[in-house]
Amino acid sequence: MSFSTMLMQLSSGMVKTTGIFFWTIILSLPLGLFVSFGRMSKNPVLKNIVKIYISLMRGTPLMLQLMMVYYFPYLLFGMNIRTFRFPAIIIGFTINYAAYFAEIFRSGIESMPVGQYEAAKLLGYSKSQTFIKIILPQVIKRILPSITNEVITLVKDTSLAFSLAYMEMFTVAKQIVAKDATFTPFIVAAVFYYVFNFVVAFVMEHFEKKLSYYR
Amino acid sequence: MNILEMNHIHKSFGSLEVIKDISLSVAEGEILSIIGPSGSGKSTILRCATMLETINGGEIIYMGEKAAYTDSSGSVIYAKGDKAKKINSNFGLVFQSFNLFPHYSVMKNITDAPIHVQKRNKTDVFNQARELLEKMGLLDKADYYPCQLSGGQQQRVSIARALCMNPKILFFDEPTSALDPELTLEILKVIRDLAKEHMTMVIVTHEMNFAKEVSNRIIFMENGVIVEETTPDKMFNSNNERTKAFLGKYHNMG
Repeated sequence: MSFSTMLMQLSSGMVKTTGIFFWTIILSLPLGLFVSFGRMSKNPVLKNIVKIYISLMRGTPLMLQLMMVYYFPYLLFGMNIRTFRFPAIIIGFTINYAAYFAEIFRSGIESMPVGQYEAAKLLGYSKSQTFIKIILPQVIKRILPSITNEVITLVKDTSLAFSLAYMEMFTVAKQIVAKDATFTPFIVAAVFYYVFNFVVAFVMEHFEKKLSYYR
Repeated sequence: MNILEMNHIHKSFGSLEVIKDISLSVAEGEILSIIGPSGSGKSTILRCATMLETINGGEIIYMGEKAAYTDSSGSVIYAKGDKAKKINSNFGLVFQSFNLFPHYSVMKNITDAPIHVQKRNKTDVFNQARELLEKMGLLDKADYYPCQLSGGQQQRVSIARALCMNPKILFFDEPTSALDPELTLEILKVIRDLAKEHMTMVIVTHEMNFAKEVSNRIIFMENGVIVEETTPDKMFNSNNERTKAFLGKYHNMG
């Protein structure tokens, strides 16, 4: 296989990798925020359910979770899962990352000084206004470095989709390596991942700078 | 007419009773100072008056409307919904630690609530905010962020923020305790100016001479009860042993 063919195949894998990445980010960040509300809930039932969920997501391998999400509909209901590969991957990544993001949101929300809530209350802000206008913007600034960490990990974790034989970049690279007995695709894949994360880090740093106008 | 009436207020934190049957009232245009040692409950009574703490007994009345009362079974009922909103719009609070919103500019700190909570006309609010900032000597700082200001400037912004809501009564919870003597003078000047305009105020403070000078009435609190309540002159010539001992310590410091 020529180098350019290999690059073409890896690039089309990269498109799918990017797809997993963006879908997971778009879905897991808001889900994580809501999970963190459940985690901080005064309702003990809800709080404990969420605690167990987070514990399972963090305590078992992501690869295993992906396989479970993918095979469960077949094992439980005998459903045809051939077209379920991509949704299974997105669901698996989303519920896993939402658990991590939830804990990051919680740490940020719980670190907010009570005086901010009190000042908002005295000025008549409703609870939702207080959260959206006063608390959340400050929380985002505080947790941004931790979010960056998770996002960078996610870029690399997308390679776990190979376990469901989804043709993202790492799966493609592995196949070419096995077929052509060359190591080059792995090196190219490494460069792709690195450049991707370089861009991610650059963008996140830009956000951090934008929020550095106050302390 | 009394703007605020608090009758037989009780407040406990767990088994610790911090407010023991306190009653007080504030008339329109009056300036009441509350003094007393740390832990006497003076900040707590302010936090009860501003609904930051829920009382365990008694009643709180603003402009004749009951914000909270104790029913026949002994449980405290707070006003809810629109009625609570209306009652809460009567008062403002200036915190010891300012509690400005760090991500908002000075101008936005002052104008956001009047515009988005009180739904007032933007132009009017901005004009009022500019007037207030001018009064505070901070007009040139309108676009600054709180972290770019000194403690005294931050506290003046927080006073402007409270005033822009047009409260009928303004509470100060040790407004100068986080400031050095020079910055303290800045804040006391602002409060003195407000006193000249007959703003109704309740001030919890450790600045004895200031309390003596600016108030119409002083309450001396200790261990959750009012030890003495009288005019500044009488307070500082009190025959009460406890009052004498407390104020004596301050005199000796000077």
